[in-house]
Amino acid sequence: MNAFVAIVRRDLLLAARRKSEVLTALFFFMIVVSLFPLGIGPETAMLRRIAPGVLWVAALLAAMLSLNRLFATDHQDGTLEQMALSPTPLAVLVSGKVLAHWLTSGLPLVLLAPVLGLQFDLSARALGVLMISLLLGTPILSLIGAIGAALTLGVRGGGVLLSLLVLPLYIPALIFGAGAVEADVAGLGAGGHLSLLGALLALGVFFAPWAATAALRIALD
Amino acid sequence: MLQAHGLACDRGDRRLFSGVDFAVPAGEWLQVEGPNGAGKTSLLRIVAGLAAAAEGHLEWEGQAVAEARDAFNARLLYLGHAPAIKDDLSALENLQIAAAVAGRPLDESTALAALRRIGLGGREDLPSRVLSQGQKRRVALARLLCSQARLWILDEPFVALDVAAVDQLCTILDEHLARGGLLLFTSHQAVHLAGSGGSLRLGR
Repeated sequence: MNAFVAIVRRDLLLAARRKSEVLTALFFFMIVVSLFPLGIGPETAMLRRIAPGVLWVAALLAAMLSLNRLFATDHQDGTLEQMALSPTPLAVLVSGKVLAHWLTSGLPLVLLAPVLGLQFDLSARALGVLMISLLLGTPILSLIGAIGAALTLGVRGGGVLLSLLVLPLYIPALIFGAGAVEADVAGLGAGGHLSLLGALLALGVFFAPWAATAALRIALD
Repeated sequence: MLQAHGLACDRGDRRLFSGVDFAVPAGEWLQVEGPNGAGKTSLLRIVAGLAAAAEGHLEWEGQAVAEARDAFNARLLYLGHAPAIKDDLSALENLQIAAAVAGRPLDESTALAALRRIGLGGREDLPSRVLSQGQKRRVALARLLCSQARLWILDEPFVALDVAAVDQLCTILDEHLARGGLLLFTSHQAVHLAGSGGSLRLGR
């Protein structure tokens, strides 16, 4: 447990020392989302329709930005070896890294989304659902992303390969996440979508660290 | 007691070495020698459990390592080519985090004392990226001072160190051996350590 806390603290500390990396993803999210109302024009009905999809797709892309460095720097400087040799199972330490990744690249998106959602004329209720769907969905992005980052570790041109590998796997989270907001706007209730998103998250928390660990062991060998 | 039985290593289609047997009793050292590319680092990584051996197995205190990997890791300290130093963290933070990951958290005063002894007094709070190559190695070596691991596996520990630091490292290694620790290392230099030990030559 100590080692888990140490890894989370370390990655947060590193993110705090390199603010630019966190801020780049955040500004990317803000700008991509803001471009749509500017490009489409002030048709509120249309904007309300596309809002959930736009916000979710932008969140997927923003979460992707920092993924290829998730394990790469640790691999380069040798800390990944030390993590693999820890008496604490590597999967636990990988979970710590995923948690830190979510705290620095997922959580800010959740907090920022309602502000950006105002540009799309979403109701307060829909904004709340959007936040909950992102709160459940962005950890899934970090978890699945960790598997992709581990699989492409040490591969040349890994960045593009990582997107090709991971983005299709994000589709279920995208469908249920954006679907929850759409269903709420249409008055159907978002409960079903959110439950499915929660189920995906539970599965991810359970299996993704193990899958990522297996991939990391191959990269280390 | 660390024993290896018939270790072999493949890199691609090529067999780097095979039939490597050795035994390191408590309080003794083993220096792995050989030309570049003979597989010294590969052997050390296999013993540490970072790579899988193509053949053969390892025993620690009479028990197969593969069956008790976590217990073995708790007694192991491995220093590889990469010093495992984060450039954005200070020497003190690096040392404390490395210790926590290795399962033995350090309090600040112990960590500071170790850094001072290794010759980094006054530089504890600088980000590691401003340290020289040799100073970074020293941060990594400070882990030895705080370690209670029985088995030390060091890959080229003398690289990038100045004469004084080499002497100091030898002293640290001697102390470790005197406590009954085991030491497995590679070096191209002739190293004079107290206590008994041997060498293992790879490649011919």
